Formats: sequence, C-alpha cells, structure tokens
Amino acid sequence: MTHVTPQEPGVVERGRVRTGTRPPHPRDGGPANGTPPRPRPRRRGGATPWLYLAPALVVVGGLLVYPVYQLGLISFFEYTQAQVSGGEPTTFQGLGNYAELFGDPQFWQVLLATVVFAAACVVSTLAVGCALAVLLTRVRAVPRLALMLAALGAWATPAITGSTVWLFLFDPDFGPVNRVLGLGEYSWTYGRFSAFFLVLLQVVWCSFPFVMVTVYAGIRAVPAEVLEAAQLDGASQWRIWRSVLAPMLRPILVVVTIQSVIWDFKVFTQIYVMTGGGGIAGQNLVLNVYAYQKAFASSQYSLGSAIGVVMLLILLAVTLVYLRLLRRQGEEL
Amino acid sequence: MNLMNPLRLVRRPWRLLAETSALLIAVVVAFPLYWMVLGAFKPAGEIESSEPRPWTLNPSLDSFRRVFEQNEFGRYFLNSLVVAGSVVIASALIAFLAATAVTRFRFRFRTTLLIMFLVAQMVPVEALTIPLFFLMRDFNQLNTLGSLILPHIAFSLPFAIWMLRGFVKAVPEALEEAAYIDGASRSRFLWQILFPLVFPGLVATSVFSFISAWNDFLFAKSFIISDTSQSTLPMALLVFYKPDEPDWGGVMAASTVMTIPVLIFFVLVQRRLVSGLGGAVKD
Repeated sequence: MTHVTPQEPGVVERGRVRTGTRPPHPRDGGPANGTPPRPRPRRRGGATPWLYLAPALVVVGGLLVYPVYQLGLISFFEYTQAQVSGGEPTTFQGLGNYAELFGDPQFWQVLLATVVFAAACVVSTLAVGCALAVLLTRVRAVPRLALMLAALGAWATPAITGSTVWLFLFDPDFGPVNRVLGLGEYSWTYGRFSAFFLVLLQVVWCSFPFVMVTVYAGIRAVPAEVLEAAQLDGASQWRIWRSVLAPMLRPILVVVTIQSVIWDFKVFTQIYVMTGGGGIAGQNLVLNVYAYQKAFASSQYSLGSAIGVVMLLILLAVTLVYLRLLRRQGEEL
Repeated sequence: MNLMNPLRLVRRPWRLLAETSALLIAVVVAFPLYWMVLGAFKPAGEIESSEPRPWTLNPSLDSFRRVFEQNEFGRYFLNSLVVAGSVVIASALIAFLAATAVTRFRFRFRTTLLIMFLVAQMVPVEALTIPLFFLMRDFNQLNTLGSLILPHIAFSLPFAIWMLRGFVKAVPEALEEAAYIDGASRSRFLWQILFPLVFPGLVATSVFSFISAWNDFLFAKSFIISDTSQSTLPMALLVFYKPDEPDWGGVMAASTVMTIPVLIFFVLVQRRLVSGLGGAVKD
C-alpha cells in the first residue's frame, strides 16, 4: 500500500500522484470529488429552449402559478357565499381574515396537530422504509421478491381504497384486528389519539414503499470495490455502515426525507375518509382538511384561502432548507 | 447480481432470521389487500359476521354485481381511465420537452426556472382547490373531465421535469454531435434518438402522474358538482361508504375494481421504476 505523508502536495490515486489542479474528468460528477464540475459546453440555441419550454410554462403558469396568486388575493378579501353567487361586491379586508384566523384557538390546535402528526408519519415511514431496505439487501431472491411485491401492492393502492380497507380491518363490529387483539367492540375512530394512530398506520403502509425502494436502489448502487476495500482494511459491519454507506446514501436520504415531509404534511384523503371529514367535533382536523371544510362546507372561501397561504408558507420554508442542503452537496442544477 | 459483498458474509442463522422476518413482513404488508379482495368475494352473511374468518368457502359475485348495477359504474370507470390516460400522455410529452430544454441548453433564467419547478412541487394541491374552482367556473369548465385533467397535468409536471432531468443528462453529448454531423435536424434528433433513449425514465415518471390522477378524489368532489355522468371512480366508491351503515361488501368490491388497474400498471413498469428511481436520485 502506498503511504501518504501529510506533507505530500497531491493525492495518490492508483499509484500516481495527481495535483489539485487536474481538470475534472467529465465522468466524475460533482458531489463525489471536492472540485466543482466544469460546466459542460452547451448550445445556446437561441429561441429553441424556450420553444421546448413553452407548453410546460403555459400549463404550469395558468393552472399553478396563477391559482397561487389568486389564493393570496382571495385571502385578503371578504369572500363568502354571498359574493360567489354574484350578489354582493367583494370588499378588501386587508389582514382581517388572518387576524380572525390567528385569533381562533381552533386554528392553533389544528396547526399543532398537523405538525405533530406529520412528524410522526415522517419518522415512522423513514424508520420502516430504511430498515426494510437494509433487510432486502440481506436476504436471497425469493423473500426479497415477496417483500418487494407486497410493498409495490401497498404503494399502488389508491389512497381512498386504502383508507376504506384499513377502516374495515379495524371495524369494531366486523374487523379482524379487534378479534385478534381481543379488543371487543373498541372503536378506533372515536378517540382522538386512536383515530390519528389508525390514520398514521395507513399512511405509513402506503408511503414506506417509496422510501424502501429508493434507499434499496441507492444501497445497490454503491460500488462493490468500496465495500471490499473497507472490509479488507478490517472495518466492522457497523463501521462500514456508519463511515462508508451512510455518507454515500446521504443525498438519497435527503430526497426521501423531504418528499416524506411534503407528502405527510399534506395528507388529505386519509383523514377525510377515515375520520369522516375531520373526526368528532373536528378533533382529527389537519390544516388541509380544515381549509377545505372552511371553504366548501361553511362557504368561508377567504378563511380557507388564508389557511392555504399559511400551509404554502410552511412548505416554502421546508423547500428552502432542501435547496440549501442540495447546494451544500454541490449539486449542479 | 449479488454485489453486496460484506453482506454475503452474514452468518447462516442470522440470514435465516432475516429471511423469515422478510417473509412475515411481506405477509403483513399484503394482508390489507388480501382482506380487500376476500371481502369482495365473501357472501353478505359472512362479511357482516362478528367472527371474521380469513377465508371463505362460498365465494360469491353478489358484491361485484351490486357495484356494476349501480347506475353508470362502467361510465365512471371509463371516465377515470380517460382522465388518467390523458394526464399520463400529456404530462410525459410536455415534461420531456421541458427537461430537454433545461438540461441540453444554456440560457438566461435556466437556474431560476429549475428552482421554480422545485418550489412548485411543494405547493399543496388541496389549498388550490378554491382558486381552481373559481377558475373552472369562469371558463365554464365545471362538470367536465377537462377540469380534472388540466390541473393534474399542471401538478404532475414539476416533479416529472425534475425527475426526467437525470435521464436526459445521461445521454452523452457526443451522440447529439454525431447526429447533427450526420445531417439530422434538431427535431429528428429529439424524437428519433433522444426520446427512445429517455423512454424508461418517462415510464418511471408516468407512474406518479398516473397515480395522482387515478386517485384524485378532491377535485372530482369539488369540480364535478351536478353532472354525475362526468364523475370518476372515487366518487362511485363513496356511494357505498356511508359512515353509519357502510355496505362493506360493496366498498370492498368497488375498491378491488379501482385498485386492479393501478396494480397492473405497477407490475408492468415495476422493473423500470426501480432502476428509474435509482437513476434519478443517483444523479
């Protein structure tokens, strides 16, 4: 083995000293080695890129950006059934809707419930997904295929059918779960925490496969030589996981974590179907369902929009964290 | 195949334990689906019994018959297929063009656009139901399938573009140069060389747009308000699900019918999905 003394100016790589100024080879991508990749020479192309982008920009602009703008606008106006059906003029409220919202103790309660519920979902989904991804690498083809197929089935199940099936499984009268656990006619959807717990189980069931498949693909992509080398150097299993695999999987873990945060913060169908629109007296409301109920059930469109804006801002903050993490990994956009 | 070298050294009893637990977990994960299909085939007396058994000796098609006899269930099914199909095809084509633009050209605002697409992924779709409702009303699109198709294309595009980027990037520049030297036009290169090469990525991406369109429940509930002939499957399912007195047999049969197309789609694209996800995040 070549011995590298700290004084040596370059890095020894396959027996050849290379100095820090070597231009990066186009194949070794950005994140792996410290130097930022040289931007590849690319055509400027004049109007062509904009031509290619035009359909996407039109659709996203008209049906995503414009509605976001509208959402913000509605949240500053008085907008109820009277204005929608055409009679009364809309009046500017300033921050009035927000003042009403922030003065409502129920809003704070729902916000807290949303954050805690989403956090619980993210942590459980990631724990289950990563643990099973590791398990997949340790078993032979048949058990691996079985677990993979089962997970794909759970992933493919539409949220609404998944919700009804889980309700049926936990049904106090006819469900198998209460029979097996000996819970008698215990109703899961009656209590606040048990209802949230039931929804959490369903959410984890349908979202862990994404984490599992992605992390598994990531582990498989780690080159065998790296692991062999670590092993030859006498690294223990734990050490290999901590010092070799974990840093290499970091980008993937960031992606699945952020995606999970975004998905779980926006859970709608499961809560709406399983708790019957937000539970008894709204005990199981999360922001998304709360906004929907305000707007479409009680026709307070402006309040619903204000809740939507709050959600948007929270998710925007999450996105900024994501962007920072991407930057730190030196990914070229 | 087995590149995970240190993992091959896992000792025998441990591997046995790992394999047993993998199989057990697979059974637990698959159980809700099994129970759904079982519930769909159980005769009425067995499904509403306080001693549920994990099998049935007299499977019956009664529940399915009830589902299909519900007015226009076939129509809802077709509507759902039309919505999901149009969303998949349109968003795949549009995203392919956009991903090509942002990876193979340098132009002003390129990075800004990419960041915007990333931010757009986070927008809570449900919150936009309110402004979209007014937008659809103003354009007289309420109660049409278009009111479901268009927003879903818009919402699936940012993620699709973001994901396809890696696949377009992976096609070597040299290939493009060679094509131009051989006299290919830009559009010929785009559709006859780049498109087939990126196709696996398109498949992986389309899984996400298909699911979001097929599963959609909120838009269908909010935009299809009076003309039920334009309804989609999730609404039909809810007919059987009344919170106080749910018809569990009907719900399970309708759920089965609704889940099967997605399962078929998943099985078809399964291989490409796994490699596609790996490729997208590895990049």
